[in-house]
Amino acid sequence: MNYELLTFIWFLLLGVLLTGYAILDGFDLGVGILHPFIAKDDRERRLVMNSIGPLWDGNEVWLVTFGGALFAAFPVAYATVFSSFYTAFYLLLTCLIGRAVSLEFRSKVHSPTWRKVWDVGFFLSSFTAAFLLGVAGGNVMAGMELGPKYEYQGNLLSQIYWYPLMVGCLTVSLFALHGAIFLYLKTEDELQDRIRKVITKLFYVFAVLYLVVSVATFVHVPHATENIANYPILWIVPLLNALAVLNIPRAMHLGKPGYAFFTSSMVIAALATLFSVAIFPNFMLSTLDPAYNVTLDNARSSQGTLQTMLIIAVIGMPCVASYTVIIYWIFRGKVKLDSNSY
Amino acid sequence: MDVEILSRLQFAGTIMFHYLFPPLSIGLGLQLFLCELAYYRTRNPAWEAAARFWTRVFAVNFAMGVATGIVMEFEFGTNWAAYSRFVGDVFGSALAAEGIFAFFLESGFLAVLVFGWDRVGPKMHLFSTLMVSLGSMFSAVWIVIANSWQQTPAGYHIVWQDVQGEMMPRAEVTSFWGMVLNPSSVDRLTHTLMGAFVLGAFFVASVCSYYLLRNRHHDVAKRCLSIALPTALAFTLLSAITGHDSAQKLVETQPAKLAAMEAHFHTSDQPTGLTLFGWPDAENETVKFGVKVPYLLSLMVYNDPTKPVPGMDQIPEDERPPVWLPFQMFHLMVGLGTLMIGVAGLACWFWYRGTLIEKRWLLWAVVFMPIAAMTANQAGWITAEVGRQPWIVYPSVQDGVEMMGLKTADGLSESVTAQQVLSSIILFSIIYSLLFAVWVFVLNNKIQHGPESAEELTQYKRKLKKESMAENFSRSGKALGGDMLDGGEQ
Repeated sequence: MNYELLTFIWFLLLGVLLTGYAILDGFDLGVGILHPFIAKDDRERRLVMNSIGPLWDGNEVWLVTFGGALFAAFPVAYATVFSSFYTAFYLLLTCLIGRAVSLEFRSKVHSPTWRKVWDVGFFLSSFTAAFLLGVAGGNVMAGMELGPKYEYQGNLLSQIYWYPLMVGCLTVSLFALHGAIFLYLKTEDELQDRIRKVITKLFYVFAVLYLVVSVATFVHVPHATENIANYPILWIVPLLNALAVLNIPRAMHLGKPGYAFFTSSMVIAALATLFSVAIFPNFMLSTLDPAYNVTLDNARSSQGTLQTMLIIAVIGMPCVASYTVIIYWIFRGKVKLDSNSY
Repeated sequence: MDVEILSRLQFAGTIMFHYLFPPLSIGLGLQLFLCELAYYRTRNPAWEAAARFWTRVFAVNFAMGVATGIVMEFEFGTNWAAYSRFVGDVFGSALAAEGIFAFFLESGFLAVLVFGWDRVGPKMHLFSTLMVSLGSMFSAVWIVIANSWQQTPAGYHIVWQDVQGEMMPRAEVTSFWGMVLNPSSVDRLTHTLMGAFVLGAFFVASVCSYYLLRNRHHDVAKRCLSIALPTALAFTLLSAITGHDSAQKLVETQPAKLAAMEAHFHTSDQPTGLTLFGWPDAENETVKFGVKVPYLLSLMVYNDPTKPVPGMDQIPEDERPPVWLPFQMFHLMVGLGTLMIGVAGLACWFWYRGTLIEKRWLLWAVVFMPIAAMTANQAGWITAEVGRQPWIVYPSVQDGVEMMGLKTADGLSESVTAQQVLSSIILFSIIYSLLFAVWVFVLNNKIQHGPESAEELTQYKRKLKKESMAENFSRSGKALGGDMLDGGEQ
């Protein structure tokens, strides 16, 4: 297979992994963000946590595999992205550890204080993780101070300004909305009624942020629309994105929460696609000099490795898809507490 | 302190902490599978109680392994960007294969293993346990391959790339299978897996011995011991054999590491003796208080007592690893290994005679063996990793062509400052100390609570069946032990 095509396929596959991660971990991060506000007593908190109990670990694997695949297919991009976001990534890792252990340890001891501590930990780590992912995305969109030989010359403070912060807020609201719809599917009775009200409010918050960030991107990130201007067919992405956003309240109104969940997944997929379209053919843009950009061409592995990896992916991904389906099937239906729950 | 020292400290610290958990998961996974297989074959509720109990212990440990493992994957990019660019073509594919072939398998079926007891049938549950256990082994396979490639690289060549006007080298794969089956990956993998199986077997044996000493959970403890003791003996013996194989290869592939492990400073034409213990002093190139057995090192390395082994003086001065740490850690590992073979052998013997329960001293010895196994695993890791310094990727010779390696000092991220690394070390020291405390606390809770008895379990299942809906059970229910439902709070 030709090298250019292989490179592009790997760019697409990474997009698929990142989208898969955002859709799947998106809802469980959202559940973590909503957890202290929705559940009233310990039983409800456990219901909320156990709605994602068997699923969150597998969801997080998408991020781990994305990291591994980026390392293998575009090692330069991997090295540059992670060393540039040094401090932010350590905070993100702290959050991911915090989430894992909050879930795992919360119900292991019968003490209200113990549980409260892990509840706070679960919320804070979910919220911060979602926010940091958004901030990182915003920075990558807008470009960063990359110097010669892919070395980052900025610092943590140059990553924190209004645009990435707004993208961070957008991500938090999107995941919270996505998580709320998921919880609506998994719960019953009074708890479900409460979630229904929250969905409406979250939708308004998200919709406003969505508009604001869209306008901000036009103003602040002019290169984001270049690809769309060059290939007008790509207009279909933002268009479908907007339609998907509007379809969420419609689906909820029609009383089809499963359809609403599918729609919010599509919103995430469309946003991830827009992100990829905006940065293509780069991974990271240098605000100092375009010659320092990390591009698909200068970041990729050898043709042999991309080929081997494609074989690995072709064998592995159907297996992954089948386990995912099996697990979601086994744990389908409303969440119930039993002796094995958190 | 400079970025290099700090980054090395950080990597060593985070990976040693991480490495507490995966070997235990791998080892415990196998024991859990054997227990569940026994349940599947006999349908005896006592086996089920045992399997459910080990599942809970396994889950706590697995969560820690996952949480600390994610850190490792990103640390290559954050702290070792130059290294990542150099090896990405090779190392990345192993890491990606681990994600696709191992992590998805483990994490998917872990859900069924932990949460599926009352949802799927015994056959599906047994299958899930097998998948989780295999997944954790596959994960070891790819990680050990990636590590081994750095120690004995093969199947690659060096390509010089123009990076904005400067030519920079990087390794590119020429043969995938050559990379995977590099000269040390098989030996290293079998030795690593055996180390993990030893830890798992001793962990189960330890908890069961503790129950026998405390006169609790007799039925489950005896059953599990009948699996754990023989496997502990078999795996300790196998790890001695695989370890010996690994060490023998070093004279070809990493003579500097071998010389460091044995504190063998001076080459001579005489047969080489083996230093049993001592205090190596690299500056004066001597071993203080050393006790040496003549001929033994030559015999061990070459199966020939007269052939001399090359010493540290054969290695260029700027390519010599530290000696003290690899020497002591290697000897500690071998010493603990011998101790474990002894304890496992004795325990099996008295078990066979039916008198183990009377030998309280031996039961106590078994109780402490997981610490020995864990220490041996860590010590082996330190020997392997410190012994390869100053190389992060060893130079190698392929088809007569010398391939360049990469020194640890050249693998760093240039954009990262000492300040940043230091703050992440402080942050992670705090988090990891807390985690460790919580892990010990929760694990202890689980062990103190112990398995349900067969009757309790049968009753629980009958009730579950009758009320069919688990939630009703939770509302009406008397909690079944500390791990079961806490219905009392409503």
